[in-house]
Amino acid sequence: MSEPSKPQGRKFQLPEHLKEYKGIWVIVEQERGSVHSVSWELVGEARKLADKLGVEVGAVVLGADSPALNAICAEAFTYGADVVYKVADPVLGEYRTDPYCRVMTDVVNAYKPEIVLLGATTLGRDLAGAIATTLATGLTADCTELDIYMDNRSLAATRPTFGGTLLCTIQTLAYRPQMATVRPRVMSMPDRDDSRSGRIVEVFPSLREDDVITKVLSFIADREQTEAQLAYADVIVAGGKGLGKPENLKLVFDLAKVLGGEIGVTRPLVQAGWTTFDRQVGQTGKTVRPKLYIAAGVSGAIQHRVGMEKADLILAINTDPNAPIFDFAHLGLVGDALTILPALTDAFGKRLSVNRLAG
Amino acid sequence: MHIVVCIKQVPDSAQIRIHPVTNTIMRQGVPAIINPFDLFSLEEALRIKDRVGARVTVLTMGPPMAETSLRKALSLGADDAVLLTDRKFAGSDTLATSYALTSAIKKLSEEEPVDLVFCGKQTVDGDTAQVGPGIATRLGFQQLTYIAKIEAIDEAAKEIVVHRRSEGGVQVMKTKLPCMITMLEGTNTIRFGKMDDMFRAARYGLKTWSKDTTGADETKVGLKGSPTVVSKVFVPKPRAERAKMVEAEGASPDALAAAAVEAIFGAQPKLAEDLVGRAAAGL
Repeated sequence: MSEPSKPQGRKFQLPEHLKEYKGIWVIVEQERGSVHSVSWELVGEARKLADKLGVEVGAVVLGADSPALNAICAEAFTYGADVVYKVADPVLGEYRTDPYCRVMTDVVNAYKPEIVLLGATTLGRDLAGAIATTLATGLTADCTELDIYMDNRSLAATRPTFGGTLLCTIQTLAYRPQMATVRPRVMSMPDRDDSRSGRIVEVFPSLREDDVITKVLSFIADREQTEAQLAYADVIVAGGKGLGKPENLKLVFDLAKVLGGEIGVTRPLVQAGWTTFDRQVGQTGKTVRPKLYIAAGVSGAIQHRVGMEKADLILAINTDPNAPIFDFAHLGLVGDALTILPALTDAFGKRLSVNRLAG
Repeated sequence: MHIVVCIKQVPDSAQIRIHPVTNTIMRQGVPAIINPFDLFSLEEALRIKDRVGARVTVLTMGPPMAETSLRKALSLGADDAVLLTDRKFAGSDTLATSYALTSAIKKLSEEEPVDLVFCGKQTVDGDTAQVGPGIATRLGFQQLTYIAKIEAIDEAAKEIVVHRRSEGGVQVMKTKLPCMITMLEGTNTIRFGKMDDMFRAARYGLKTWSKDTTGADETKVGLKGSPTVVSKVFVPKPRAERAKMVEAEGASPDALAAAAVEAIFGAQPKLAEDLVGRAAAGL
């Protein structure tokens, strides 16, 4: 994807007819009445970008009409939306690519936003890839940073590339809308402002269930929602190759238990079969944003770093004083994780019980 | 049944290094592999072939050396292989790539209608997960991404039932062929190739197609056909300062741990309250 000098015949200027595209949209991910937090994180981010451009933030809420759907529309304003596009139809009750793509294509063509953002979730990535194709526009996946280049008012979407070893900034200069998906937890959750309100534009798509080929027979909810728990955990204790052998993961579990936290691991541990993929933090795993991240025996490879560097406080434990993790952790401890972890479990246990008695 | 499996040859990302001075990717000596996510889709296609009988064609777009990955797929049991290669495709982004691959799939359909297209969930180098949906949309195929299981496939009725991973659960979906499927990682294990397939793969005359073979429109491929522009490539900047090191007299694990706990609560006083609340709630 490296780009040489600008080749001839390639369009870099925005054609006149695309200049009417205005405003920043977030497609709100709603399933069975609950909104994925990434959607509100994106409304907050869209607010910042829209203020730079001096345009409105639009939130698109799709689903079957219900009081829950109306509540979601109202909630979108509190996170920063100016206008909510409510697209209600029984056919949109359960997510399916085809009707969602058709409706979104029509709504984008009708209201012409200049930027469309979605969460980089299973729904967001499925839908974004389809819409960008029908709209024949540029889409940047899995971004970690968004900005506006004011000289041409374009979206600068930054994402890790080559497995996270490099970052690249991608732009869609001559096409509209500019589209991007953003990982959950990369953007911070905006503060709610219950005094905010805005206008609702109701869109009535003419969908017929008979026209939709794919049917959802049933939905099997996960018994254990470890995925969500890890991404949204306040405390994470993570283990890497420095733990030596799978049995030593228990030390990580013990500390996490005392702290009421979750367990994360690096990719090599998943590849070696120590634990499951849903525990993996990093480029190909989860992005996390806990208040406290304790990394034990983790060297700090960039692939892991991009998944956890936004933690409020990172404590790294490693035997190698030159391990790259000490370059971006807040606190470092040179020592053997196998002896430090049990000592930390004890120390936290004592400290927390003392506080509890005092409190 | 005709199944097309789209694969990509990628550098083994675990072995990529950045040149410390020029900050560019050092590709020399980095082995090329089939994108690991593609193998779950290839295996699933081969299982359908075992189960109900099918012709499995592997398709890749890339430089001539991507032939290696096609031969690998043939050695695992694929029947036919197409290398889509043309300098005009260089610099294609996901929109242009899905266009080019779709032009090849349409040409394959002329020989025998394609019922299923498999793609990897995403690649390990680009990580976009956009090419599969792009192909499905262009072909007008039903799009089934993040599939954890193919429960049933009925060739006569052209029906398929799948389990799709979504947030917080699994959607059980029934749809009609033709479809584009991306398999979730860990859903199967790629088989070992059989000896006769390996011999066959080594001497197989795979098809090499160019832009003109598939009749792709020149303005829709390569840099010209790509809406996205890479404006900057850079190395992540380090945090302003290195970690503050926790030290303790004698450096015993207990002393270090105690010092670490003090340092954590010193830096984040509110955290202590939160943790106590959490511990109390957990009791």
